[in-house]
Amino acid sequence: MSVTMPTTVEATLEALADTPEAMVLAGGTDAMVEVNYEHRRPTSVVSLRRVEELRTWSVEDGVVRLGAAVPYTEIERRLVVEAPALAQASRTVGSPQIRNTGTVGGNLATGSPAGDTIPVLAALDAVVEIASVRGRREVGVEELIVGVKRTTLADDELIVAIRFPVASGPQEFLKIGPRNAMVISIATCALVVDGAEQAVRCALGSVSPAPLRCRDAEAFLAEQVVWNGPVPRVDDPRTVETFGAMVGAAASPIDDHRSTADYRRHGVTVMARRALTRAVAS
Amino acid sequence: MSSSDGTYQLTVNGEQRTVDSSWIGESLLYVLRERLGLPGAKNACEQGECGSCSVLVDGVLVCSCLELAAAAVGTDIVTVEGVGELSPVDDTGLTDVQRAFVTEGAVQCGFCTPGLIVAVHDLLDRNPEPSTSEMREALAGNLCRCTGYGRIEAAVEQVVEVRRG
Repeated sequence: MSVTMPTTVEATLEALADTPEAMVLAGGTDAMVEVNYEHRRPTSVVSLRRVEELRTWSVEDGVVRLGAAVPYTEIERRLVVEAPALAQASRTVGSPQIRNTGTVGGNLATGSPAGDTIPVLAALDAVVEIASVRGRREVGVEELIVGVKRTTLADDELIVAIRFPVASGPQEFLKIGPRNAMVISIATCALVVDGAEQAVRCALGSVSPAPLRCRDAEAFLAEQVVWNGPVPRVDDPRTVETFGAMVGAAASPIDDHRSTADYRRHGVTVMARRALTRAVAS
Repeated sequence: MSSSDGTYQLTVNGEQRTVDSSWIGESLLYVLRERLGLPGAKNACEQGECGSCSVLVDGVLVCSCLELAAAAVGTDIVTVEGVGELSPVDDTGLTDVQRAFVTEGAVQCGFCTPGLIVAVHDLLDRNPEPSTSEMREALAGNLCRCTGYGRIEAAVEQVVEVRRG
């Protein structure tokens, strides 16, 4: 029985190598619920509270590098310009108390289909930096999260940081829930206009077991839009309709205690249309 | 730093407190209430949904049910019992926020009140003159099933008025 409180990433990785069964504690907003409800009875804990490196972010050469344990509050207040969709998604997570401690690294490691930042990171084509004493590797969120709360993280591995390009065009994040505050999403939609790469990318949350990029809808859109600077133009109004329908078709939602599959599919169709309309010129 | 025998020290409301023979997985809420005799923070949902256990850890508003007590070693914890450290108290020992909750009738059953008192202190320390929507967003993590929130908003407005002078 021990609680380890390392102060460096190196020491954290060594602690995880020594006790691979340890519960990694970042914000605790998922992990402590499991403990409180006796779904999990940790014998050892590695707390990230004092690992300063994980709690900092930087912007360099057009790339945001976000430490895995930066709380949502920091993102929603400080990264609005560099990462508008991630800031908006962060603002919809839980309550202020949850956002003060919850982290993007935790969102990824939990790997819930309802993780609010996951579709944004998928649409950003974000790279997740993972480390262990055995070495470092980098993966996209689709390679990291492979099922409902199932990740490819080994027991001794730690998510260190997430990298993505600084926004080079409009970004949208939309979320459906029963009220404005403190909800687990019924469905979410993230849309990123990448002006630098001249691409529009779209991803969904809460409508599939694992992160879902809508690649067919993206490919359709690529044929329709006209680029003239960082904001693409859509000339034919039917494009928005078709894009929404293709996003809806990409979803594989289920009926559960939060909503129905039909409503979720309808919801992502409407959100995709709305996000595209807001993001492009017509 | 590591704790292995369930004994550690926490700094709560400015005092060093010793916790011994604890189980490693105990939440800060449990330790405050059951081991340190501080029952102000209330235990309801144990999953961060209700805000009735709100405290400050290193000046940050958190749900104490979601903090692992043994990993809060070295932090500065303020509970509702210690809000007098955040703001002056009157001759009955109440802060302006507590006084406003009383005079505006923002307390009915009282279960959510300790968490809201801490949350309102935190809000007004960061944002002394919040708009109504800022106030609602800041307090969205504290559920109240009695008041309908109108009296709570009135209490916050009263504090803003008084502090404006």
